[in-house]
Amino acid sequence: MVDGGADANRIKVQIQHEDFDAAAEVAALTKGRLDVGAVVTFTGLCRDEGAKLTALELEHYPGMAEDEIARVAAEAENRWSLLGGVAIHRYGKIAPGENIVLVVIASSHRAAAFAAAEFMMDYLKTRAPFWKKEHLADGGAGDWVEARDADDHAADRWRKA
Amino acid sequence: MAPELKLSYFAWVRERVGKSDETLNPPADVRTIADLIAWLSSRGEEYAYAFDNPTVIRAAMDRKHVKQDSAIEGAREIAFFPPMTGG
Repeated sequence: MVDGGADANRIKVQIQHEDFDAAAEVAALTKGRLDVGAVVTFTGLCRDEGAKLTALELEHYPGMAEDEIARVAAEAENRWSLLGGVAIHRYGKIAPGENIVLVVIASSHRAAAFAAAEFMMDYLKTRAPFWKKEHLADGGAGDWVEARDADDHAADRWRKA
Repeated sequence: MAPELKLSYFAWVRERVGKSDETLNPPADVRTIADLIAWLSSRGEEYAYAFDNPTVIRAAMDRKHVKQDSAIEGAREIAFFPPMTGG
């Protein structure tokens, strides 16, 4: 379908335990479309923090997680002229090297796609109800990851825009 | 009788309270999120521990972020949790 109508230009939101395939999401988003000139893809992965972690456990608030990311997506759609996108956030136990989050934004030109993808990630980090707990390599009880001021500052700067 | 209110707890708030959710009937003078935190804190050690530092606690009313001075009248579900660390 070359013209998927207005819905094809909306950002799709998914919350899931299963892994995602960034390339497949980009392919599905751009398939048959001749109006897309730019696609920005961001993938967030689980780090081992210098061999300290065996996994991160991601807890989420079912229902609100979807709603909140959809609100962030709607805000991005209002601010920039977009031609579609995907936001996928995983929950549950995730090992180092595995994917956690995906944001794909399609637009006619790169500026909107870069900006909207960065905005989505900055807002999603501070507003989407997810919490990470560490699983330690030495078997000890891990801590909950603390929120970083830097993430709040990153989200705040969009208010001035 | 006051309407029933579902309370949900996440991450270390859930661990400290010792349960993920419960249904309670707060008294009528509990009007805001801050009042609810104070009332819960008076209900037992586990709540006092969870809400030990109320300034770091985030709240959602019917699955939307709210500030602690927000009125809770009409709410069906209120959730308490630490600052979010997704992404």
